[in-house]
Amino acid sequence: MEVTTESANTSNAPARARQESPLQNDASSRQSGTPRISITVDDTRKVRTLNVKAAVDNLNFYYGQHRALKNLTIPIADKQVTALIGPSGCGKSTFLRCFNRMHDLQPDTRYEGSITLHPDNLNLVGSGVDPIEVRMRIGMVFQKPNPFPKSIFENVAYGLRLRGVRNRATLGEEVEKALRGAALWDEVKDRLQDSALALSGGQMQRLCIARALATTPEILLFDEPTSALDPIATAKIEELISTLRDQVTVLIVTHNMQQAARVSDYTAFMYLGELIEFDEAAKIFTNPSKKATEDYITGRYG
Amino acid sequence: MNQSISRPGLSQNALRYRKVRDRIVEVFLLAAGLVAVFTTLAIVAILLYESSAFFEHVPLKDFLTDTMWTPLFADAHYGILPLVAGTLTTTIVALLVAVPLGTTIAIYLSEFAPHKVRETVKPILELLGAVPTVVYGYFALTMVTPFLQIFMPDLPGFNMLSAGLVIGLMIVPYVSSVSEDAMRAVPRYMREGSYAMGATRLQTALRVVVPGAFSGLAAAFILGISRAVGETMVVAIAAGMQPNLTFDPREPAATITAYIVQVSLGDLPHGSIGYQSIFAAGLVLMLITLIFNVIGFSLTRRFREAY
Amino acid sequence: MSANVAPYRNFEALRAGLIRRKMMDKVFVIIGLIVMLACLAILAILFIDLVRDGAPRFSWDFFTNFASRNAARAGILAAWVGTTLVMTVTAVCAVPVGVAAAIYLEEYAPKNWFTAVIEINVTNLAGVPSIVYGLLALGLFVYQFDLGQSIAAAGLTLALLILPIVIVATREAIRSVPNAIREAAYGLGATRWEVTKDHVLPYSTGGVLTGMILGLSRAIGETAPIITIGALSFIAFLPESPFKGEFPFISFAWLNDPFTVMPIQMFNWVSRPDQAFQSNAAAAGAILLGMTLLMNGMAIWIRYRFRKKINW
Repeated sequence: MEVTTESANTSNAPARARQESPLQNDASSRQSGTPRISITVDDTRKVRTLNVKAAVDNLNFYYGQHRALKNLTIPIADKQVTALIGPSGCGKSTFLRCFNRMHDLQPDTRYEGSITLHPDNLNLVGSGVDPIEVRMRIGMVFQKPNPFPKSIFENVAYGLRLRGVRNRATLGEEVEKALRGAALWDEVKDRLQDSALALSGGQMQRLCIARALATTPEILLFDEPTSALDPIATAKIEELISTLRDQVTVLIVTHNMQQAARVSDYTAFMYLGELIEFDEAAKIFTNPSKKATEDYITGRYG
Repeated sequence: MNQSISRPGLSQNALRYRKVRDRIVEVFLLAAGLVAVFTTLAIVAILLYESSAFFEHVPLKDFLTDTMWTPLFADAHYGILPLVAGTLTTTIVALLVAVPLGTTIAIYLSEFAPHKVRETVKPILELLGAVPTVVYGYFALTMVTPFLQIFMPDLPGFNMLSAGLVIGLMIVPYVSSVSEDAMRAVPRYMREGSYAMGATRLQTALRVVVPGAFSGLAAAFILGISRAVGETMVVAIAAGMQPNLTFDPREPAATITAYIVQVSLGDLPHGSIGYQSIFAAGLVLMLITLIFNVIGFSLTRRFREAY
Repeated sequence: MSANVAPYRNFEALRAGLIRRKMMDKVFVIIGLIVMLACLAILAILFIDLVRDGAPRFSWDFFTNFASRNAARAGILAAWVGTTLVMTVTAVCAVPVGVAAAIYLEEYAPKNWFTAVIEINVTNLAGVPSIVYGLLALGLFVYQFDLGQSIAAAGLTLALLILPIVIVATREAIRSVPNAIREAAYGLGATRWEVTKDHVLPYSTGGVLTGMILGLSRAIGETAPIITIGALSFIAFLPESPFKGEFPFISFAWLNDPFTVMPIQMFNWVSRPDQAFQSNAAAAGAILLGMTLLMNGMAIWIRYRFRKKINW
């Protein structure tokens, strides 16, 4: 990804005025349906333009009376990896779970504002939008690997079966494709009928990624996907996430700053339910514009 | 210093007294715990002791293969099969009621019902299991049988069908509460995995939660069987007490338990063969329920450990 | 991969499928509610039916008359007095032993095979059919201990029967007392027994009471084990009174008296072909069921109250 490498060069550039965010929704393209995101790649204001997959606009989220997310506005670039970082309790997981409406499973939760999914302008948190439909389009990988107590094959085929696919050949094809996509095929191709619970932790997590990939989601959400894994398994998952950006928009929550720096193109720093700073990953990790961000990434609190 | 601050109770004697008291109490508490062990031992000992006298008189082969059970007749036969057949038939009828109803209720309560509904309905449902069995017997005899006779005019007044149906109803709360426990033990993250794929509640319940709780559901059914096998008053009142080698639930027949009641109602002298026969029957009953209980409890332990 | 436009990526088709899937959800909810309501309705029908059938028999005389060959004159005096006395014996035996066993298992028992044996025994006893307890009582209490067909024998039998219920409920209550409380008391230099009697036990009172009531409500309706020990079902006299006019004012002679109890009386009436006795049975059943439901209701209420009061 050129953007990342090029912008990395700007890291040593002298600080410049950052009154306006370099990332803006391009007003002119909004009329055509899909807004675009403009990225300043260096001081000469050379601009690279990407599509916006989801535009978060003034999002507020409430648990009962408690306002857990406050006026979040972030563009999520298409086919890029966006990381959400911040100290625990800052609302990054809460934010992530808005994208596929997992909060709807709990009573007494409420969204305000919008998350507009492009290109078809669907407000993911709109009250008239079915959370199940949202979840069918936006996949999720959880903190703890959570394969179902079924065979490896059935785990990956689950989403397709939910959608009524019964054809054995189609299922086999899609399962293989998803397992290959999750870099797990070679390890499990001979034992697809074995229980998924017999896999190692890292394999389970890749299986969960394959399970999500099988239905070709538009956005894939990762909620601290490696926090329960050892370093080797973590490295594999990170590598996998890097390759996924060609197929799917990735949104990842992590408490591991190195991980965010390694895998993400864009990074949002959140604190107490608010967005403090959002920028290219390289910029955030080398030259953050906010004091709070700098304190966090240098480990002054966490 | 030492004199200015008084520290009551710190003398060696006071402390020793408290420690000794602690030990004595422990011995008493242990003795109470051992009551459970002695009860089991006493049950086994009494059943074995009295039935050994029975088996001195009746060869084991006759007991297991003879198709007649008439210990109180002049022409005495001692084949347990008719009683086992009656027990099996009522149990199967009961399970046909309890398993679908209990599982449906468990799925509804665990996966669909709002918290308030669950907390309100569960204790009320438990009342179904708390109704005295003699009342259920009355219900089977005076309500269920006449009701069934509307559709089956040939149904005799005593029959295993209505007894089985009522036993089934009785064990519904038992099956549903063990099943629900098992389903609730399926961790939330597993459900979330399914919901995140766009599954509906029913799909998640049937495809993820039920398979995940499988050993617990099996335990619920098996413990339900054990309950149905041991149920006494409903069958004694509503199924008649005549041993009858049949698997047709429309017929009257005695179960193992009903036979014990029938003999106890009479005035059998202590030490007679009839007296001993109820212990032999009890031994068989104990063995059947013990096997089911052991399987059932080991399965429940498995689902508690699984997650 | 994105070029693949299989039907499961076609939103129109997916939405149609989704509508159907959500419909199934609703259908299941309706089925679940119907099944549940049906079960509760049967319970209600059962109670109403008993009350209706027994209605003609509800009168003061029914409570103050002995059983009789004449259905219209028969009453439950001997039965309810017998039930009260048997329940007293059961409660006095089962509650202290059950609570003590629960305390031992939760607070004292080391984690070893011996404790495991006790635990397995308790679980297994809970699953033993009640009639087997009757056989135990017949062989052990009636003949070996020579208690005969007495109130003491019946009370002891039912005490053994409900022991697992009391133990399980008490253990649950004890387990819900947080360890921080125990540590606080130990920190002040309390012995194990002092921690138990001053803290653990008082905070578990709700659970202990619940277990006791649930156990007794089970015992009050038990018929089979009492039939097995050979309790007479036609009793036209009362056991000796526990209260005496002269010193020491209390007598235990009643423990050895023959007796009958409510469920036995009901069973006796149910098994008579004469229709007139059926309404006696219904009346006795209604009273029995009413008592059971009342006790269970009390247990639920106590559990609710204690859960509300103590918020760890």
